[in-house]
Amino acid sequence: MTEMATKSHDHGHEPAIFAFDAESEAKIGEILKKYPEGRQASAVLPLLDLAQRQMRRVSGSAWVPRVAMDAIAARLKMPPIRVYEVATFYFMFNTKPVGKWHLQVCTTTPCWLRGSDAVVEACKRITGIRHFGETSEDGLFTMTEVECLGACVNAPILQVNDDFYEDMDAATTGKLLDALKHDSPPPPGSMAGRQASAPEGGATTLTTLDFAPQPAPRGGE
Amino acid sequence: MAKVTVDGIEVEVPNGASVLQAAELAGKEIPRFCYHDRLSVAGNCRMCLVEVEKSPKPVASCAFPVADGMVVKTDSPMVRQARRGVMEFLLINHPLDCPICDQGGECDLQDQSMGYGMDHSRYRENKRAVKDKNLGPLVKTVMTRCIQCTRCVRFAAEIAGVPELGATARGENMEIGTYVERTLSSELSGNLIDICPVGALTSKPYAFVARSWELKKTDAIDVFDAVGCNIRIDARGPEVLRILPRLNEDVNEEWLADKSRFSVDGLKRRRLDRPWVRRDGKLVEASWREAFAAIASQIKGRDPARIGAIAGDLCDAESMLALKDLMAALGSATLDCRQDGARLDATRRDFYLFNTTIAGIEDADAILLIGTNPRREAPVLNARIRKRWLAGAISIAAIGEEADLTYPVTELGSSPQALAELRRGDGAFAAILREAKRPMIVLGQGALRRVDGASVLAAAWALAAECGALSADWHGFNVLHTAAARVGALDLGFLPGAGGKDVAGMMAGGVDLLWLLGADEIDMARIGADTFDFYKGHHGDRGAARADVILPGAAYTEKNGTYVNTEGRVQRSEFAAFPPGEAREDWRILRAFAETLGHRLPYDDLPALRERLAAVAPVFGRIDDLPRRGVVDLTPPAADPAALGAEPLVPAVINYYQTDPISRASPTMAACTETHYPAIAEAAE
Repeated sequence: MTEMATKSHDHGHEPAIFAFDAESEAKIGEILKKYPEGRQASAVLPLLDLAQRQMRRVSGSAWVPRVAMDAIAARLKMPPIRVYEVATFYFMFNTKPVGKWHLQVCTTTPCWLRGSDAVVEACKRITGIRHFGETSEDGLFTMTEVECLGACVNAPILQVNDDFYEDMDAATTGKLLDALKHDSPPPPGSMAGRQASAPEGGATTLTTLDFAPQPAPRGGE
Repeated sequence: MAKVTVDGIEVEVPNGASVLQAAELAGKEIPRFCYHDRLSVAGNCRMCLVEVEKSPKPVASCAFPVADGMVVKTDSPMVRQARRGVMEFLLINHPLDCPICDQGGECDLQDQSMGYGMDHSRYRENKRAVKDKNLGPLVKTVMTRCIQCTRCVRFAAEIAGVPELGATARGENMEIGTYVERTLSSELSGNLIDICPVGALTSKPYAFVARSWELKKTDAIDVFDAVGCNIRIDARGPEVLRILPRLNEDVNEEWLADKSRFSVDGLKRRRLDRPWVRRDGKLVEASWREAFAAIASQIKGRDPARIGAIAGDLCDAESMLALKDLMAALGSATLDCRQDGARLDATRRDFYLFNTTIAGIEDADAILLIGTNPRREAPVLNARIRKRWLAGAISIAAIGEEADLTYPVTELGSSPQALAELRRGDGAFAAILREAKRPMIVLGQGALRRVDGASVLAAAWALAAECGALSADWHGFNVLHTAAARVGALDLGFLPGAGGKDVAGMMAGGVDLLWLLGADEIDMARIGADTFDFYKGHHGDRGAARADVILPGAAYTEKNGTYVNTEGRVQRSEFAAFPPGEAREDWRILRAFAETLGHRLPYDDLPALRERLAAVAPVFGRIDDLPRRGVVDLTPPAADPAALGAEPLVPAVINYYQTDPISRASPTMAACTETHYPAIAEAAE
């Protein structure tokens, strides 16, 4: 990696080198085993994820720098541009540094109908972030807008790093961000207190059924 | 085979062919942007939609395989409607800058929007703007015009073998580029300009120079390497403005290397436009009469054996024959065309030809490269080897300098001793070569210009004979030339005759008088201080700097010339523009001069000269006719195949971009040298 190459690349904060650490190396061996010989390039997605996780572990910011993509390309014997293509295609890979807590607000229709605007507003108010994609001044938070996270039953969703916080509203968002500021994230799941996607306030159906063991039906064998 | 009906025309196509290919066979033109015959199918532009009976939606014909009994409609209302929709989408973000776009007039998008575009846009939103990329000194980018057909991405990865371009990000943010700013490291990068269907990739040196409809187009032959690429010269008045490839499946397909395409600006610089004569150590302008008199006074009374002639690398066969005839009239046998001293054996034609032929590379199943870097010596031929490699089941090995040839190569060592090892059967590749059904051995000029060059040639021939490369229906012995004139000169016998001296013999006072016919690649310092030399050429390069009399000639774009490429293919190039000032066609100068000496050359016009060409060497009578040959005569070359040296082989071309007077005069090629060979550029300063 030459100094020139870093400069010409306007992503900033680019580290000079990247090498997989022992923890990642152990996993790479496992991942590569899954693909037949000669098809190692298929491991580009898991390796990008691994690099992003290593960056979080080491620097506190979960992102994939260019040098990491180059390291992956060399490892998988594929042209670097093919790795850049994949990494920039998927939103889950951050090609720019992010804050310690990556707030990924879903604003797709079901979440939006259930009040994701309020969640966005609360995030902006508390972190001081003005637009999607920005990082707060203290470097703690980055807020991005994401498409459907696939948890519409508990809309709206706020994904923080890997965890889903569900049934969000302005108040619970405030509480969550406060906890994150103090580095004590609450357990993920519904912030309205329900179990999984069961009805709020307890079960509304199947309340009268007797779940005692039933005698086995006869003549079935 | 599958029977397909296209617009009522029944055609039979092989199974697995696409609907588009079937339609073309039926003579129906399908509009397309992303599809290209020589690239993999992407199917992302959707312009080639057609209607297939029993299919509920229009299908992309480029990616849809045919089935027996398929009924296709290429011009139904549904098809037209669908294509209109596609065109509308493509134009959402395409700027309306055709008046200032260099692609204007030869743009696929422009042409097809005449057929399928609307006269107004229904979109009020802003068009997206994309940052331009810097791909180096040859390819200019205006990325806002890009319609993401990805032809350039596929060309770079597949044909050029430099997977450096890609499509990053997605959706509206998708961009074509290199992600990390870098120059495209390919000698074939100019083809991206041809392949881009819109004005996103255009020629940087040609930017805003001319409109395509103002240009006069002339079919010609390229002289920057020995491949003999077919080119089209576009000129406006006296100026050659650009050079494009012309389709020839047997030679260059539809590609052209960068030096051949972008050296045109060298044709306008450092030109010799009037005769010069050296008086009191200084070159002064002279008239033709004075220049002829100056030479004649030197020739008169001189011992003919002390007069020599050297033919350069860019010469046409006509001028070389005229010079040879003149030398014969003077009584001298001291002539040579091997400026680099290559120890070629000209006793038989197949000792110095690329016998397999370029198209024949595709039939080979093992290739051994000796002392050559085809990527630098003949990029288009190298693309053919890469094409063969992509097709699979082939081993390629090389003896000589390690280099990235865009396909994997087994390195067998750097000295000709590796050749001896192969002959002994040592190593894995020796076995591969012997098992191969159609092995190819390619000998570069780097292997021949050595002291042991003749032995390397003999050893390569012997190896070819031993591994079955020489049979009645396959000729696997190949010499890859780097000079466009060389094979023609060898065919004409532009070589030392009985008692004549070769290039080395003419140096250091070996002759008193020396004709340099566009010869610039010899070391001028080695010419004896007392040798009086006349340079006849078109550029004020090394040869002219040393000359005592300069006669201005015509460059390859300025004459009707015959060239023989490395395969032995005779091709004719046509006149595109007049030479500058007083300069004249070379053979006419020689004929006029011979007449002043009282030797009348036996031709007054081009047809007569060409008749004489065919009389001297019958191959010149067969224009562009190259039958595939097997080996008729198995007699090996005369040299001792065992006398091989141990010095490492060095390829003939080090700096691809500057190899001859024209490319050395070209600022574009200088910029390329600076970009791709910074060390060489720095050393030159």
